[in-house]
Amino acid sequence: MLEIKNLVVQIEDNRILNGLNLTVNDGEVAAIMGPNGSGKSTLSYVIAGKEDYEVLDGEILLDGNNVLEMSPDERAAAGLFLAFQYPLEIPGVGTMTFLKACINAQRRARGEGEISTPDFIRKVNAAADKLEIEKDMLKRALNVGFSGGEKKRMEILQMALLEPKFCVLDETDSGLDIDALRIVSEGVNALRAQGRSFLVITHYQRLLDHIVPDTVHVMSKGLIVKTGGKELALELEKSGYADYRSEAA
Amino acid sequence: MADIQNLRSAAETRLSSLFESARQSFASEEKISREEAFKFFEATGLPSRRVEAFKYTDLRAAIEDAAHPAKKPSLDVAKAAVSAATAFAGIEAVRLTFVNGHLIGELSDLDRVPAGVTVTPLNEAMSQGDPLLKQLAPVAQTRENPIYQLNTAFLADGALISVDAGATVETPIHLRFVGTGETAFSTATRVLVTLGEGAEFSFLESHEGQDGVAYQPNDVVDTVIADRANLHHTRLNREGDKAVALSTITARLGAGSNIESVNLVFGGVLSRHQIYLHFAGENATATVNGAAMLGHGRLADSTLLADHAAVGGVSREMFKTVIDGDSTGVFQGKIIVRQAAQKTDGKMKSDCLLLTDDGQMMNKPELEIFADDVACGHGATCGAPDEDLLFYLMARGLPKPIAESLLVQAFVGEAIESVTHEGARDALIGEVEGWLKTRG
Repeated sequence: MLEIKNLVVQIEDNRILNGLNLTVNDGEVAAIMGPNGSGKSTLSYVIAGKEDYEVLDGEILLDGNNVLEMSPDERAAAGLFLAFQYPLEIPGVGTMTFLKACINAQRRARGEGEISTPDFIRKVNAAADKLEIEKDMLKRALNVGFSGGEKKRMEILQMALLEPKFCVLDETDSGLDIDALRIVSEGVNALRAQGRSFLVITHYQRLLDHIVPDTVHVMSKGLIVKTGGKELALELEKSGYADYRSEAA
Repeated sequence: MADIQNLRSAAETRLSSLFESARQSFASEEKISREEAFKFFEATGLPSRRVEAFKYTDLRAAIEDAAHPAKKPSLDVAKAAVSAATAFAGIEAVRLTFVNGHLIGELSDLDRVPAGVTVTPLNEAMSQGDPLLKQLAPVAQTRENPIYQLNTAFLADGALISVDAGATVETPIHLRFVGTGETAFSTATRVLVTLGEGAEFSFLESHEGQDGVAYQPNDVVDTVIADRANLHHTRLNREGDKAVALSTITARLGAGSNIESVNLVFGGVLSRHQIYLHFAGENATATVNGAAMLGHGRLADSTLLADHAAVGGVSREMFKTVIDGDSTGVFQGKIIVRQAAQKTDGKMKSDCLLLTDDGQMMNKPELEIFADDVACGHGATCGAPDEDLLFYLMARGLPKPIAESLLVQAFVGEAIESVTHEGARDALIGEVEGWLKTRG
């Protein structure tokens, strides 16, 4: 599904990723854990195509196609989705208008027709119910005045509606209370399927109690320094990141 | 020492001779102080950038030659021009149609005027010496304004719209101005809207004209709003690409009255829209918004004066300018709070979105406060579309032009939201979308 080969990235002359390699298979949920400053968020932005980062070397292949040659919208149409750590507020853009524009833009890019309004409303309502998103929120401007938890739920709603192949969740657990964490995790788990993979980026093992990963990778200083099963997360929770800081140095 | 005299420009010399020849046609009963107005204008001339209020909008340079006042067109010409006019066409309204500044009775709904409203063509009012004419020019500061005085001097046509006290008028009146012709012409229209106590009334103004013709419209709307009356005004400038379009709206606000005025500007190689508010009665409120979407080297100027002369007035002004290419936006806003106008609450804001590096925006906010218990503020911003917001939208699959359009729409939308009339609001939103589409 997703293959990252020898990825080297810098921002303003600071090397962040140093030849990172990672493979996530079809249907797999991979978790990336690591200390602050290890390059986790950079990785998520580079996958999604944010302009500020300079890719010096390497490839990111989604089903064999190098996404580094695509603009962010082309990547989204190809099936990539990034759930932002800090979803942005967009005053003046209605949530429903935004959702419909996104769905239709992706459909157009794939050569499909636009979604009908009744179908659209039905889909949004069904997805919103699952995520316990109140209808009133959908009538407001996108993310404006939403709480942290509401914003994260809105990210998962978008993910559910856009039906991506590969989802990157960038610290989706940050700023969530216990109930919101459960709701968001259930939303993600409901989307787990063959043909869809996840890269879950987190500091804490807590999220992985709810979204149980198939593989866990430890990232430090811009490299994957250890890979294991879900038990690796538990190990890290006990021992901390100290070992890996020195290992990568 | 020799006297120093400013050289008169070709346009100024021509305006004097045009006024001289127009003089014969003025009716003696008309109660319009044309001579006084023209005398003022002759003394000041066309304002150049050396005049503070015109620092960024140099009319002396922009108007190389003064165009001849347009004659009333034939009905066929007027019909052809109106058939091409689409602004606010979908809105159910009583229409007053002006072609080249002349009211065309046959293309107006003078026989369908809503109950509680009286409409009198200005020419009729002038020839009969209608007492309502005394209410023209309700804001004193316009006497110092050359654009306004030029309109008074050359006033050719218009209408008096009078709304009875207590009347709530559902159907809006649409003042439809259309310009047509192969060669340059000028217009000078005046519409007076008076609202009786507690009346509620909406009117729309649209200005459309041909591209490629350097016509010079100068339109004034005077409004006199009695106590507790409520006036809604929506204006659309879709003038032709060579037009030098001058316009003014004045409002005299009675106690507890309210005006909401929104102006959306696309057209004219140069446009200047002037707003004069006079808070005469206590606790009056005004919401005045403007949006300009400019491309192809255009200049749009919004100049506002809010004069708070009574206790407890509230004014809210929001101006949004979108600049594409080498265009220029100008906003000049002045809030005056007189000593008697305690508890005044005035807020003024001008935001600009620069879509390219070639454009420019001039903001000049001014506060003149003589009372000690007031809350007044102003702010101005200028910048490119937010890269992080663009990335967020693109990461959801929106191609860059669509993402950018969505952000521009949201930016301008804030100024349009306040339009109370739903049809007018939707029409303005449609106009914004249309502009974004032509931009590609």
